[in-house]
Order: sequence, then structure tokens, then C-alpha cells
Amino acid sequence: MKRLQLPILVLILASVGLTATPAWSQVERVEQLHYPPLPEITIPEPTRVVLGNGLVVLLLEDHELPIVSVSARIRTGARLEPKEKIGLAGLTGTVMRSGGTTTLAGDTLDDYLEGKAASIETGIGTSVGTASMNCLIEDFAEVVKVFVDVLKNPSFAPEKLAIAKNQLMAGIARQNDNPDGIVQREFAKLVYGKDSPYASQETYATVGSITREDLLAWHQKYYHPNRMILGLVGDFKTADALALVKRVFGQWPKGPEFTDPEVPYQHSTKPGVYYVEKNDMTQAKIIIGHLGLIRMDPDYHPVVITNQILSGSFGARLFSSIRSKKGLAYDVHGGVGFGWDYPATASFSMSTKTETTQAGIDALTEEAHKIMKTEPPTDKEVQNAKASLLNSFVFSVDSPGKVLGKLLTYEYYGYPSDWMTRFRNGIERVTTEQVRRATQQHIKPDQFVILVVGPRKGTASALARYKQVHELDISIPGS
Amino acid sequence: MTYLHNRTHPTPMRHRLLSASIIKVLSLICVLLAFPASALSQSLETFEQRVTEHTLKNGWKFILVERPVAPVFAFMTRVNVGSAQEGAGVTGLAHMFEHMAFKGTPRLGTKNYAKEKPALKQLEQAYLTYQQAKFDPQANKQHVENLFKAFKDKQKAASQFVKKNEFGDIIEREGGVSLNAFTSADVTGYFYALPSNKVELFAYLESERFLHPVFREFYEERDVVMEERRMRTESRPVGRLLEQFTATSFMAHPYHHPVIGFASDIQSYTMTDAQEFYNRYYIPTNMVTAIVGDIHPKTLIPLLEKYFGRIPSSPKSPTLRTVEPPSTAEKTVTLEDPSQPFYLEGYHKPSISHKDQPVFDAIDDILTNGRTSRFYRSLVRDKKIAVAAGAYGAYPGEKYPHLWVAYAVPGRGVENAAVQTAIRDELKRLKTEDVTDEELAKFRTRAKAHLIYSLKSNLGLAMSLTDYHTLFGDWRELFRYIERFDKVTKADIRRVAKQTFQQSNLVVAQIETAAPPAQTH
Repeated sequence: MKRLQLPILVLILASVGLTATPAWSQVERVEQLHYPPLPEITIPEPTRVVLGNGLVVLLLEDHELPIVSVSARIRTGARLEPKEKIGLAGLTGTVMRSGGTTTLAGDTLDDYLEGKAASIETGIGTSVGTASMNCLIEDFAEVVKVFVDVLKNPSFAPEKLAIAKNQLMAGIARQNDNPDGIVQREFAKLVYGKDSPYASQETYATVGSITREDLLAWHQKYYHPNRMILGLVGDFKTADALALVKRVFGQWPKGPEFTDPEVPYQHSTKPGVYYVEKNDMTQAKIIIGHLGLIRMDPDYHPVVITNQILSGSFGARLFSSIRSKKGLAYDVHGGVGFGWDYPATASFSMSTKTETTQAGIDALTEEAHKIMKTEPPTDKEVQNAKASLLNSFVFSVDSPGKVLGKLLTYEYYGYPSDWMTRFRNGIERVTTEQVRRATQQHIKPDQFVILVVGPRKGTASALARYKQVHELDISIPGS
Repeated sequence: MTYLHNRTHPTPMRHRLLSASIIKVLSLICVLLAFPASALSQSLETFEQRVTEHTLKNGWKFILVERPVAPVFAFMTRVNVGSAQEGAGVTGLAHMFEHMAFKGTPRLGTKNYAKEKPALKQLEQAYLTYQQAKFDPQANKQHVENLFKAFKDKQKAASQFVKKNEFGDIIEREGGVSLNAFTSADVTGYFYALPSNKVELFAYLESERFLHPVFREFYEERDVVMEERRMRTESRPVGRLLEQFTATSFMAHPYHHPVIGFASDIQSYTMTDAQEFYNRYYIPTNMVTAIVGDIHPKTLIPLLEKYFGRIPSSPKSPTLRTVEPPSTAEKTVTLEDPSQPFYLEGYHKPSISHKDQPVFDAIDDILTNGRTSRFYRSLVRDKKIAVAAGAYGAYPGEKYPHLWVAYAVPGRGVENAAVQTAIRDELKRLKTEDVTDEELAKFRTRAKAHLIYSLKSNLGLAMSLTDYHTLFGDWRELFRYIERFDKVTKADIRRVAKQTFQQSNLVVAQIETAAPPAQTH
């Protein structure tokens, strides 16, 4: 009896031991993994208020850390510049900050902000003006007054304008040093037309002609509260922050109402082969494409899937074929770009050693033809693309700051505030048939421009195949 | 070097503590000068309470931070091996292995491993045979060509079993984002973020890929790495300059060769080389993983034990014994190039573990941080000779003695000599005059503010935690480190400046614009 009891006891104790701790059975194959459901995603909604002077204000609380972040969008943009003064908007954006205000010199402003480890920055891009402010919540009331001052009363101090102009001039002098800049500029000219503001380029002449009066006039024309949207996220109570905004922005009188003129660009690309000689490279840069789309396009969701299949992931066609399989490139990319209120570009691009320039051009055009004609998107590809986008949706709303930034963009470009939810629903509903149809419609090899930037010696044989190759002169005017 | 090409072109160099996007300090116990103690220390104490550390028996260390802002998490695994561990003939191998770590395992990325395994063995045999003949000056040319063809046949045969990019594909299909990796002179890092319900996917993939990586598509990937080299180094003026500068600066120490590797090495290292490198360095005691986000240590730790605990312990990796001898001669590299002038000068300095590192951080801040910095105010604002000027204090790495590098972009029509003089004037000032109280106060204030701003990112936190753990042996060193800033004195700065900024300790590198070549048509 005694001898039998012990093993039974051991067995009982052993089995108790086994069940006491959670036992992860590690899987052999990834397909065997099962995941619990993700909690429901709730997208935080800011408070939206429009002041009497037309300023639109969005406020969102975030109490994780004792900081506040303010972002502004101003209705302006470099695309509105007169031809003779290209660079004016950018300079206005830069010197608005560096030049100080009518009561606060630029250097004093720098000392003040850096001493507090706070920041105020301003800028003007192609289609929008921006301003931002970051500081500890304790400094909010004080720094936001300075922020308004910078936006409302910039002094554009002459010595600061001179520094900014010098920087632009130096940038022009260097604009052909790296091939990436050349590709971007020349491709934009080919797609939008060289006279379009969407392809404009600063020159020594245009920058040289810009005066302080020009900056003041630009500011005077566009910087009014009825042309602004303000977003605040941080460790505040909404009511308090709104009261503060009303106090510091409320007295700024409303400005004139006007609509901006249409910005011209060519609505279809003229096909052709173009070449830029740049001999200090061991690669050729190749870019092939035409005009892209606007996000509001009815085919937006299907084309997003097309882009995912082409270039959106490791399993994507371009990566797998041109990089992993053929070893022709480290960077290869392709897709139909989307703009907010004007079309972006659609392009297939890569860099490859000069010896394989021809193979590179062929590989890219082949992939374009495949996806729109000979090997259209499969059910599996569409399913995988949808899965990636839907499963990663949680990241697009993973912080109050990120959500507020997106809402500012939607507000500025006139998109519905539930655009994110519409995106998710739209992707969910997309069918393979829709993706195939949209791909055929929006990737147009007969409209392709082909641009090659690289050494003449290495690329000559690749280009010899074409009946006509237009050589582009990128020499810097006035140098 | 990164595995995927970021459109914003990251550089392999890092700003250390003084760049807001890089510093991710976790906690603080000292009283901060400029900020109300309550709000700040409260948020930091809260953060520290959310950290759990766990080390496996095999030595793999995990740092877990609960940050449930959204149902997501991010991780970074930092392996304590970089290009400095490479020997002659295999430069670029650490980075090459980083690429290999995306190729899968016997269970992922293959259509039939039972058939693939022998095919890969035969492929390697064929390549080694071919390579030996290729480098044999006595070998018959036709024979070498035949061996090359045999190798290509075996390569084709092995590639038919490959399920392309299945590893990365699965991560993305399950909602993963920010998938990438990087290699530096000191370390190799792997990272991505996932929705929080996919924790087991992370544990499976990140243990599998280091438990038994399969080096499929090795020779195809060498071509990809060559394109990366052509893009980053060979086709950019500053890329060309930096490669020359780095090689000139280090006579003996492996910091002298580029992380991407020299072209001839990239084109001749083998699967066997990569396997040996991996066996020697990818061992659990060289790994630290930080996981940050909506995670629960109680359930996560058993998961980590089960998956990562499978990896066997290994003997320690060899330690790098070479020490760069003190510099006794000034060196200059001048590159005649079609592009605009560019100037930099580097001074040798001790490794990051040296007691004077906080003094170097102070020097960095005072000389280069922001519009109030000395470089900006002197070169850009007052003298108007540069459009940008700054410094990298951790070039090309920081684990071993390295370089402090000042650089300037001359304005249009300005010679390199002018920016050189201006930089040296500022360095001389540091030796002969005390910095001001305001400058020291600003340095401390900004470092502490970055602490707060930097806590808002799962991936950023994971990167910093593993960074400090690797360099200092303890992630907590981050907050001890900040305390050291309070002890940096004006006399310290003068002493370190005098020691470091000396002629004999200097390497200059510059681009001089060459006259344009005659038109080719």
C-alpha cells in the first residue's frame, strides 16, 4: 500500500502543477495562430467652434503629458505666386518666424522660446500655410500670446529676410548636386506642364526680385482669422482653452472675403522620352508616369487597393519582382498619387546601376501593363490588400494629436469630418471587379512620360531604342 | 542603412541626446530646475511604475512598458553587433544579415523546405567553387565561366522553392506598420508595430527569425545591397565624401569601413560568411527587446518565455580588441567634385561611456542647437558665410572611441576656407572663454524638456530604451544621465575643448567644386 501511494501522490501533485500556470502552447506554423478580437476603436471627436471673426477652432484634450500643441492652417499657398516672384510664399512663411514681430525682435524671440524649450514655427507650402506652437501647459497662456503676435504682426526684419534669401540662393546653387531633386523638379514639369505653378522653380532672378514690401503685402492679403483654422491638443480643459483662444484671437478683426484664382496645369500628359545628363552617378534614376488623381475621385478606394498591390507592402508586385527577384533596385515604387484639391502624380520609379537602365525601364513598363491588362489584380491580392489596410486602421487614429492633425486637413480642404470612417467603410466594400476597372482607367501607359537621369555613357544604349529622346537642359539660369 | 527605403532618407548617423526626436528618456528622480516639480515628476514617476524588466535564462532581456493610449504596441530588438564587428573581406556583412532577417525560416517563406534545404546547400557549394576559381590567377577562363553558369543554375533551382517576402507580408496583412530595420557601426535594430491583439504573432515571428533564419535569395539580395550602396554612397556627393573621410580618420579601428560595406566585399561575401557571422553574434546575451504600448506583462511574460526561451544559450561573442591609436597627424581629404562646396572637420573623442560625455553634450547644445546656438549666430546670422552649420557627436558610432564632427554648408560664392576659419574661431572660444550661465541653463532646460516631449511615442520609447540599455548596460541610466548635466561646469567645458580641439587630433574633409567637364555632345 505504502509503495503505491507515493507515485499516485506524485502524479496528483504533478497534474496540479501543470494546470496551475497558464500554458502557452507555442505554434509551429503562423497559420495556427488565433487572435482575440481587437477592442472597438472610438475616434476622439474634438470640440468645434467658429468665432465671430471667422476663425475655426478645434479643441481636443490629451492628459497623458503636461504639454500643449497648437497647429494652424492658413488659406494661402505658393501656387498663388506671380511668375516673376517664385519663392515669395516660402520666404514669407520662413521670415514670419525668423524676423520677429513689430514689438519683439527675431533674436529676442529665439532666446525666449529656446530658453523655455518651447517652439513656434511657420511656413508656406504649395497649397497651404502652416503655423505651430509647442510648449509645457504651464507656459500655454504666455506663449500663445506670442504665437498670435507672430501670425498677426510679423515685422519681416530686413536682415532676417537677407539671411533667408541667402539660404534660398545657396539652395538654388546646389539644386543639381543630388539626383533626387532633379528627378522631382523635371518630372513635375513634364506632368503638370512647365508653366504650371505646380512645377514652379525658384531662380536667382525671381528670388532676387523679392522685397520686404512683397512679404508684407502677401501677409496682408492672406493672414486673416476668417482664412484660418486653429487646432489645439493637450493637457487643458476645453472650456479654459477656448476662453484663452477667444481672449487672444477674438480681437483680430475679420478680413476681406475672396476666392483664390484657379491654378492652371495641363490636364493630360504628353507622352515622350526625356533625358537629363548627370555624370557623377553610378546609377540611373528612372521615373515613368502621368497625372494622378484627387482623393475625392469616385475611384479613390479601388485605386488605393491598386496602389497597395503594386507597391504597398513586402508582397507587393514591384518589390517582389523588381527588387527581390531581379535584384535590379533597392528602391522601387509605383502607384497613382492622390492630392487633396489638385491631382498628384502617378508614377513608377526606381534607381538601378547604369548597365541595367534598359532592363529597369522595361521592368517598370511591364509591371504597369501587367496590372492594367495582362495580369489584373487577383481576388487574393485584393483580399490581402484590404486586410492590411483594415487591420492597420487602428494606427491612423492612435493618438489625439494624430486625429486632430487629420481633422485640420479635412477642414482645410473641405472634406467631411468623418473621412476616416468613410475610408474604412469604403475599403471594406471594394470588390475585385471595381479594382480591375479602376486600374484600367487610371494607369495609362499610352500617356507615359519616361524620364531618365544618369550618366550619358551608361544610359546611351538604353535610350538609343527610342525614336526621339528629348534632352533636358537643367543648367541653372543666371549662374 | 535601412532595409526599406524611407522617402525621407534617414542617415546612419544619430544625434545623441539633443535631438528631440531621438532622446527617449524614461524617468527622472532629481528635481528639475525650470519646471514645476509636481506635474513633471508625477508623469515621470507614472511612467517608471509602468516598466517591467524580464530576462530569460538564455540571457535575452525584455523591457516592457505599459502605455495603453491606443490598442497598439511597438517593439524594437537591438542586437549588440554592428559593422565594427566585421573583419577585412566581409565589410557590410552585419547590414547584409539585417536583409537576411526578412527572408524567413524553415516554416515561413518556403514552398517546401525539405527540398529547399539541400538545394541551398548545393547552391552554396557551387558558389564557393566558382568563387575560388574566380580569384585564382591560374584558373582557366572558360573553366571559371562554366562554374559561373553552374552556380546560376543552382541559384535558379533553389529559387523555385521561395515564397517571396512571406515574412513581411504576414506582418502587414495582420495590420503591422513601420516595418523596417537598420544597421549602424555599433548595433542592428529590428522593429515594427502591431495591433495589441496580435502579441503572439510578434512573439512567434521575432523568435523564429533569430532561432533559425534561412539565407534564401542571398545572392540576389547582394545585388539589392549593391544598388543601395550606389544610391546612398556613390551617387551623392556627400556620400562619396563621408566614405573617404571615415576611412581616413581611423587607421586601425573597424569604424574605418562603411556600414554598407566596400563594393568588392559586397560582391564577394558568401552565405557561409553570413552564417558564421550570425552564429557568432546573434546570441541571446547580445539581444535586448523593448515592447511598449497596450501590453500586459502578466500574460506577456509567459508568452516571451515560451517563444524566445527556445533559443539556446551561446558562448559570448568575441570582443573587439583593436584600439585606435592616438592621432598624431592632421589629415585632410579633398574631393574635387562637380557639386557645390561642403565642409566638415572631425576630432577624435572617447567612447560614450567616458565620464566626459555629458560635457560633450553641453558643447553640442551650446554650439549647434537651434537658432540661438553659437554656430548659427556666428556663421549664418553674423558672418553670413554659411546657410547651415552643425555637429554630429557620435560619428560613425559611439560604443568605441569615435569622432566629433562639425560641418557647414557654405553660402553661394563662399569658399570652404572661410567656414573653416569661422568654425575654428568658435572652437577656440570654448577653450579660452567660459560659456555663460544662460547657455548652461538653457542646455539643462532643453534636455529635460525633451524628456517630456519624447514620451509620446511607443516606437520612440522602444528605440531609446534599447539604445541606453545597449550602451550603458541599464535603461535606467537614462535618468541618471540627465542628472550629470547639472554637474557639468564651465571649467569642464574648457578642459574638454582644449583636449579635443587640437590640430593633431583633426581630420578635415571637403568638397571643392571642380570645373565642369567639356560638353559631351
